[in-house]
Amino acid sequence: MLDFKDVTFQYEGEPEPIIDHLSFHVDPGEFVSVIGTSGCGKSTIFRLINRFLEVESGCIQVDGAVISGHSSKQYAGYMPQKDLLFPWRTILDNLTLPMEIQGVPATDRTRRATAMLSEIGLESYENKYPQDLSGGMRQRVSFARTLLTESDLMLLDEPFSALDALTRIDMQEWILAEWEKHHRTILFITHDVEEALFLSNRILIVEETPIKRLKSIEVPMNYPRKREYLKQPDLIDLKETLVDQLRKQVIL
Amino acid sequence: MKRNLPSLMFLFALLILWQFGAMGMNAAYILPSPTGILKKLWELREPLFTVHLPATMGVTFLGLIISVILGLFLAVVMDCSKWAEQALYPVIIASQTIPTTAIAPLFVLWFGYGIWSKVLVTILMTFFPITITVFDGFRSSKREMEELLISFGATKKDIFLKLKLPAALPYFFSAIKMAIPLSIIGAAIGEWLGAQSGLGYFSRRMMTQLDGAGVFAPIVLLSAVAMVIVGVISMVERACIKWRKEL
Repeated sequence: MLDFKDVTFQYEGEPEPIIDHLSFHVDPGEFVSVIGTSGCGKSTIFRLINRFLEVESGCIQVDGAVISGHSSKQYAGYMPQKDLLFPWRTILDNLTLPMEIQGVPATDRTRRATAMLSEIGLESYENKYPQDLSGGMRQRVSFARTLLTESDLMLLDEPFSALDALTRIDMQEWILAEWEKHHRTILFITHDVEEALFLSNRILIVEETPIKRLKSIEVPMNYPRKREYLKQPDLIDLKETLVDQLRKQVIL
Repeated sequence: MKRNLPSLMFLFALLILWQFGAMGMNAAYILPSPTGILKKLWELREPLFTVHLPATMGVTFLGLIISVILGLFLAVVMDCSKWAEQALYPVIIASQTIPTTAIAPLFVLWFGYGIWSKVLVTILMTFFPITITVFDGFRSSKREMEELLISFGATKKDIFLKLKLPAALPYFFSAIKMAIPLSIIGAAIGEWLGAQSGLGYFSRRMMTQLDGAGVFAPIVLLSAVAMVIVGVISMVERACIKWRKEL
């Protein structure tokens, strides 16, 4: 599904590249989390996939095709850290936005957005504005909007980082249910180890900056998952190992 | 009403002070009292409301409409092209360094005593805040939102129509609220310097007759009209942009 092949990128004015000959692979249908400390370069990986930044060397492939060769940006759906709902648009109009840009006929996009609203349990909010919704509801709408891009690859950049602890737990369970339903490939950035363990098939750890490699760890837990599984001894050990690794990178 | 109470109280105190000051001075041709001005306004209601106010409003609205069209056009062009921004921005700034009272007589010389010399003064004074404020509005849209649209496959046109234009709407209303008093002042200055009707012309005529209250009456009328129009625009703004705090 997604391949980084020997990718290097350096920000202008920086003495060394932030990503240095990085290669990794994500299989179709996987839920992969990328964890690392703040400022380690996790989000740069997404910015490169989205082509907000251009790689200096190497290449990024989605479904076997180099991303610069894709005729449109529909190879990846992107959900940023903030919900970025457009405040002047109703919830329904926010959902139809990607389809409007893709040129989907009005009746079709309204039908699909309305069905999606029912799916996320917000059907009564279609004519409300983002300001009328809670943080969790807004993130649901933002995720639904990403689903409606119809991209098989979804890039979620710390989507729950601004939510309170309880809403965050609800959203994690909800997104897992959505992923199991839609079978999309998800690349999920987080700095929360427990979140990564609960959600992912596999965790990619940023061990150093510049990022030369991502250490891959399989999460030994089957789906569907329950939060109490995280109390299993092997998962507690794994969590401790991951936390220790990340703590080594934090410069106090 | 509660929110406006302090300003109303302050205004009332100023008027009282003015009233007593004018009564103490006892020279109405220099400083007429507020009650004297109101009395004059009532006495002159016929020519003021039926002849001169419509003439000034005609100039004001024509100038404002042309300024809005010109201002929006310049803002859009500067937003679309860096080259256009670099070429136009200094010229637009320079246009505001021209003293209006100095250029207005030239407009009268070029275009005569008809409506267009006054409309030009109004445009010169009002297109600037509209252009600059709306241009700032286009630039105020969040970079992350633009990137999100790009990730959906948006073209430059999509980004302009679906992001920049709505994001600039609060700025547009602010620009209009700034431009309304300026357009009224511009129209009055134009009429003051050369016209056959209008509140500016009327005020000047009263000046030649050393009628202090007669000079002030059209000024009071202009202020009241400006406040009413800005109030109406603010109501429209509140109805249209309930999401302003979200930006």
